[in-house]
Amino acid sequence: MNQNNGKHKFILLHPKDNVLVCIALCKSGEAINVAGKDIILDQDITVGHKIARDKLSAGSKIVKCGAPIGSMTQDVNIGDHVHMHNLKSDYLASHLRTATGE
Amino acid sequence: MAILSEGFLRKDGGLGIRNEVLVIYLVECAHHVARRIVEESGEGNSQLIGFPGCFPNEYALKIMKGLTTHPNTAGALLVSLGCEAFNREELAKTTEASGRPIETLVIQENGGTAETIRLGKEAVERLRIESDKTPKAPMNMSDLVVGTICGGSDGTSGISANPAVGRCFDQLVEQGAACIFEETGELIGCEQIMAERAITPELGELIKKSVDKAATYYTIMGYGSFAPGNAEGGLTTLEEKSIGAYSKSGDSPISGLIKPGDIPPGGGLYLMDVIPDGEPRFGFPNISDNAEIVEMIASGAHLILFTTGRGSVVGSAISPVIKVCANPETYEKLSHDMDINAGRILKGDADIDEVGAEILNYVDAVASGKSSVSEELGHQEFILTYKSFEPIGPSCLPTR
Repeated sequence: MNQNNGKHKFILLHPKDNVLVCIALCKSGEAINVAGKDIILDQDITVGHKIARDKLSAGSKIVKCGAPIGSMTQDVNIGDHVHMHNLKSDYLASHLRTATGE
Repeated sequence: MAILSEGFLRKDGGLGIRNEVLVIYLVECAHHVARRIVEESGEGNSQLIGFPGCFPNEYALKIMKGLTTHPNTAGALLVSLGCEAFNREELAKTTEASGRPIETLVIQENGGTAETIRLGKEAVERLRIESDKTPKAPMNMSDLVVGTICGGSDGTSGISANPAVGRCFDQLVEQGAACIFEETGELIGCEQIMAERAITPELGELIKKSVDKAATYYTIMGYGSFAPGNAEGGLTTLEEKSIGAYSKSGDSPISGLIKPGDIPPGGGLYLMDVIPDGEPRFGFPNISDNAEIVEMIASGAHLILFTTGRGSVVGSAISPVIKVCANPETYEKLSHDMDINAGRILKGDADIDEVGAEILNYVDAVASGKSSVSEELGHQEFILTYKSFEPIGPSCLPTR
């Protein structure tokens, strides 16, 4: 199930996921293939970070390991970095001191 | 692979994959004597476990009962100082009722340290002779209980070893085994999706409450936040962090919510609520990984799948621990402590399904008698401390 494109740099953890997880450092300007599309990375992506597997619009749920991990706050294209700047927690537990990653 | 090899058939019908004689100290004051009994009994199937406290605790008694009547347990020797509050009579009675031989030595009544060690070695010899007579019987996958835990986690755990164990769990459940996952404190944010996987809406509600309880408990203990280091490692939200641990559970429906020492009534996937009920009383719920391993074994786990990123080396008394290493760099450093190299997923040398299948085959082999690496190295860690729980209600184990 690896989306490794012969380079083994990103992995699909679950068939339902709409993000891929980086498993080897990727440099800005590097060409990668995501879901059949060739993408030129516009920034470094380090191990453990996520990129969009689909075009995602603000408000859409991000699914990783088959489970929702938050909602997009901006539109992104395939291959874009998905992190604190465009993804927020949906989990707001009043009894937790820090419920979100913001 | 629905049929494993032969298991040890206990008189109560239990089928074990190991045949252990337990030497159990019932208070720290009896620890030295019990340890000497095991050490001086030489190589063989005797193992040391115990409870350190002098004050009584219902939870500790329940866990001990689960361990002395565990399918992997052939018999037990209780070593008491004499004045501690542990209810040794009830533990002996329950063990005896399961058809297992049990003996008790009380140091204050048996002539002190040296004489109790001498008597203890004789008792272990008798128990070993009895254990050798245990008949074998065919064991099916539906007789097997498997637990999972993650320890020494890092950023790789959630993207290699944990989802691979999840795939293995899916296969085990499909073939009729009972699988247990736990760490409700690390599942904060996953309660909704777990509730949706529950086989009844009532069970789903109880799962949500158990995670709520964990969140409250850990907040009081000073836990429960999302650390900046998590974000550097690529984790964006609290629920994403939790999902790393959650992915060990696979995709099967959740059949029940149990507490430590409750035995799954049949095959399926079970969530274990390890967080004590009521106001926090005895400190951290589980002070180290082995505390959780002991709880799953007390709930009948024949073996434990332990995922680790940074590299834990532990095993356990009573049930084998299988180490699934998430991080390829850790594997290079600690390969002699690991059973499965899930880090191959990150190297692109294997995918999650392949490693899941490899774990499943390994479970089959260890259940059929092969030693896991930690067993081979002699690891028999054990820890049991104070907790308090209310019993589970009927909605926790819906009948299907």
